[in-house]
Amino acid sequence: MIKVLKSGFFTTIQDSGRFGFRDKGVPISGAMDSRALEKANFLLENESDAAVLEITMTGPTLIFEEHTYICLTGAELSATLNNEPIATYKVHEVHKGDILSYGRLAYGFRGYLAVKGGFKSDVVMDSRSHFYPITAQRCIQDYHEIPFDTTKDFNPKIPEIKIDTYADQREILVYKGPEFRCLEDSSLKRLFTEEFTIAKENNRMGYQITESLEACKFAMLTSATVPGTVQLTPSGKLIILMKDGQTTGGYPRVLQLATEAIDILAQKKSGDTLKFKLLSQ
Amino acid sequence: MKSYPITIKPFGQQAILIEWPNEVDEGILSTILHFKSVLASKLPTSWELVPAYNSLTIVTRTETLDFSKLKEELLAWYQALDKAPKVDRYLYKFPVCYDLEFGIDLKEVSDELGMSTQEIIESHSSHQYTVYGIGFLPGFMYLGGLPKTLELPRRSTPRLKVVKGSVGLAAKQTGIYPQDSPGGWNIIGNCPIPIFNSQAPDPFMVKVGDKIQFVPISKDAYKLHKIEGEVGIFSPEKTLIHD
Repeated sequence: MIKVLKSGFFTTIQDSGRFGFRDKGVPISGAMDSRALEKANFLLENESDAAVLEITMTGPTLIFEEHTYICLTGAELSATLNNEPIATYKVHEVHKGDILSYGRLAYGFRGYLAVKGGFKSDVVMDSRSHFYPITAQRCIQDYHEIPFDTTKDFNPKIPEIKIDTYADQREILVYKGPEFRCLEDSSLKRLFTEEFTIAKENNRMGYQITESLEACKFAMLTSATVPGTVQLTPSGKLIILMKDGQTTGGYPRVLQLATEAIDILAQKKSGDTLKFKLLSQ
Repeated sequence: MKSYPITIKPFGQQAILIEWPNEVDEGILSTILHFKSVLASKLPTSWELVPAYNSLTIVTRTETLDFSKLKEELLAWYQALDKAPKVDRYLYKFPVCYDLEFGIDLKEVSDELGMSTQEIIESHSSHQYTVYGIGFLPGFMYLGGLPKTLELPRRSTPRLKVVKGSVGLAAKQTGIYPQDSPGGWNIIGNCPIPIFNSQAPDPFMVKVGDKIQFVPISKDAYKLHKIEGEVGIFSPEKTLIHD
């Protein structure tokens, strides 16, 4: 297992998500940047849905109680193993007693830590992903212990990959949402030419956009939403629902993010800018 | 049974939205549930089917979605829908204590509606409400069928914390908060039993299309049911609805 010496800003356990309970109002959760989750598990030759730690902005300090192999993906959080810098997207051997800590956020917003075999925390409703109150905890706390199985001999087929960092990518690909027609002409023009800014109201549930568009008075009946749904509120605000986003909503769904765009957005923080690009479907 | 037109819209790369006329209507809801049961038998189990009011959203996580092909299939299946709905629906009775200790807005609501608290309680608990949707929070039911006399706007300032089990009124809706949550509804009582339990084999038994009735209980009964709920020995009364 891992012992948590310091939990960091907001560190959660995430796998690929909690599927099959949308009709009970349960968000899917899971890694915000699913590409980073996939790559970490790929390098460690784990099941693609093995549970990892999702580390937000400021990383934790962790001590390993068993021998294993780890891989860091997603944001660059200047991680060190026993004070030696270690690279992301690379498999590292870890010995009992080794200490992993994190430094300055260099780019992106969410880093991932995977261990060989995945973390073996409790499964609640078919997933290990933290989501309060489905799981008793909201996130990792100081002195938590997170179980995993010891691995002594592992020779990764691919020990390291180079990736194009998408954390800095500003283009967000979108499709028309079901209520696209709620966008006024003036809003449409701005939407696909101007830059938009991530508001400070951003978390695993959703990202608000600072700039306002023309308000929409369309009264719709509550209907399903999915991660990447962009809602237009009655005050003209755009809200992009993310992995912990509610499963239904009553605001017009004007756009829908392409799957890969959710990964890009997951690496953005308050003040970052983006441009929407409309895809045809 | 009346037949309703549908529209089928793309909803990103992993979902399709099927919409019925923009109305809150029992007939539409029955048709949606009927069609949902047909889709559950036609589509692979990896698809999730989310009904709400006048829509049914189908979501996949594994497949690459071929919208135009699936749209044709959905339309064909809808046209072949036989006329008799076959979905079992249940009435659940949830206990609610309307004591002012829990019904923290009951006095204000009574002033605003010009009804005595007793009249409000009798009216609220004598109706059966239809579950038109589940969402917003795990286990949060959008209930329709509130009598006009109990309609009043949301509170002008939402509360940062509405406690778990709170029963509220807002516009045309009534409902139970399944967990502590910020909220702007007018709170008139509290249901002592846990609505949603992620540790239970069936975390939430209610489905869209079921009906809910509230049963007024005393403070003593509230305390008893609260303990029974915590140790998991209280289940709400459940009866099959015969249309």
